[in-house]
Amino acid sequence: MSGPAIPDATTIAAAIAERRSSAREIVAGTLDRIARIDGWVGSFTDVLPERALARADAIDAAIGRGEAMGPLAGVPFAVKNLIDVAGLPTRAGSKINRDRPPAVRDGTVVRRLEAAGAILVGALNMGEYAYDFTGENVHDGDAHNPHALDHMTGGSSGGSGAALAAGLVPLTLGSDTNGSIRVPAAFCGCFGMKPTYGRISRAGSFPFVGSLDHLGPMARSVADLALAYDALQGPDPEDPVATTRAPEPAAASLEAGIDGLRIAVAGGYFARGGDPEAFAAVARVAEALGASRTVELPEAHRARAAAYLITAAEGATLHLDRLRTRPQDFDPAVRDRLIAGAMIPAPFVERAQRFRRWYRDAVLTLFDGVDVILAPATPCRAPKGGQTHFVIDGVTLPVRANIGLFTQPISFIGLPVVAVPVRLDAGLPLGVQVIAAPWREDLALRVARQLERDGICTAPVAELG
Amino acid sequence: MPETPPPFDPDAYAALAAPLLGLALDPAWLPPITANLRVLAAAADLVADFPLPDAVEAAPRFEA
Repeated sequence: MSGPAIPDATTIAAAIAERRSSAREIVAGTLDRIARIDGWVGSFTDVLPERALARADAIDAAIGRGEAMGPLAGVPFAVKNLIDVAGLPTRAGSKINRDRPPAVRDGTVVRRLEAAGAILVGALNMGEYAYDFTGENVHDGDAHNPHALDHMTGGSSGGSGAALAAGLVPLTLGSDTNGSIRVPAAFCGCFGMKPTYGRISRAGSFPFVGSLDHLGPMARSVADLALAYDALQGPDPEDPVATTRAPEPAAASLEAGIDGLRIAVAGGYFARGGDPEAFAAVARVAEALGASRTVELPEAHRARAAAYLITAAEGATLHLDRLRTRPQDFDPAVRDRLIAGAMIPAPFVERAQRFRRWYRDAVLTLFDGVDVILAPATPCRAPKGGQTHFVIDGVTLPVRANIGLFTQPISFIGLPVVAVPVRLDAGLPLGVQVIAAPWREDLALRVARQLERDGICTAPVAELG
Repeated sequence: MPETPPPFDPDAYAALAAPLLGLALDPAWLPPITANLRVLAAAADLVADFPLPDAVEAAPRFEA
């Protein structure tokens, strides 16, 4: 018996605020379920019972004193293990980082969620140094897709997707450089948000590619995603690219519907090179939204190539000293790509950065005519664990390099995306990217909420045990 | 001068670039490294084939 899944964050927060439940009861139930379930799923690398229970008791005591509580009061959450957690070395999925001293304080995103009342219960498995789309990890063991344990979770935020789909926690944080929130959201059948580049502070997280790195929330409902997103916003002088814009809360407008929104489907590059199911998922979402227009993101295939080059070069620069001194301690698949990345001639990378400016300007003009663009999140459902190649459009391709082919051209220019889960049949879920103009996360969330309300996108907990 | 450059030889390139970067490569790592170099070179060609106006500058700090 796997026992009841942890309810969603909105339900928990309401139960605690109305004193129908205590934070200690919720956290104890969460820790118990993690202990019984996670051995199958492999989503957690660190569980923090003492910290979580102490925090729960503090929240219960504050409620007992009649103090006003934040919107996430008593909600358990967990974070990808590249985010600093006081007392833990920030391993970022690696063996090497375990030798670092423990973090002396939590990352900004952890502090902001806890300021809203949430309770950190642990850190989550991920692909080494976030250079991964599979959720597999040679050091900690692979995360397994709760909907089919012999399939990938997707990565690199694999534990963040698996912990949600297994009903272990209602809220997780991940990072997304080229698709690492949107891919596991799609494969694990949950909601994931990659906000606008710069919207959410990355201070106190281990970087990968500074000019592409984002942090963001993942959840099983759109309301939970919006609650977390609102709590996470705000300037942070400790992140050099964090926006100085004031927070723009989105939860209040979540039920505004889609009237007046101009919604289009991405054609061209985003309508080929995937399994038919990937496009069927987009078609189902588009039909539900009444979106019949198609727009084309120009030169998206080159945008993906440029993102690939910048990722390899910037990532290699970050890790060059470790590649010199401890190459044997890397996951070989990561090491070999980073070494090749270190060898890229500078003009190739500079050209990619110049192309990035051109592509950004070209894509932003599309938003003069549309508010939201729909595209597949992945070219297929979750591959089997350990699978190295798949066949798409009759062509055999390496899995690792191609899972992110629809996410890379979007994060390349920092557009906000909500990845929504779609179930076409009894098989594994798929995902659709709901893409908005920079700083318009609110619109993507409204569309996602409409799809959820209409029953098109749901994130049920997997049946385990 | 030759009209076209000789074809890219990723094995030779990796062997020569590694010392410049201070990297000691196990010979067993070379095949995957050179396979990755081929993929990166193809990506670079794809980007280079797009005719960018000279006035397009790289953002020193990317902003959405």
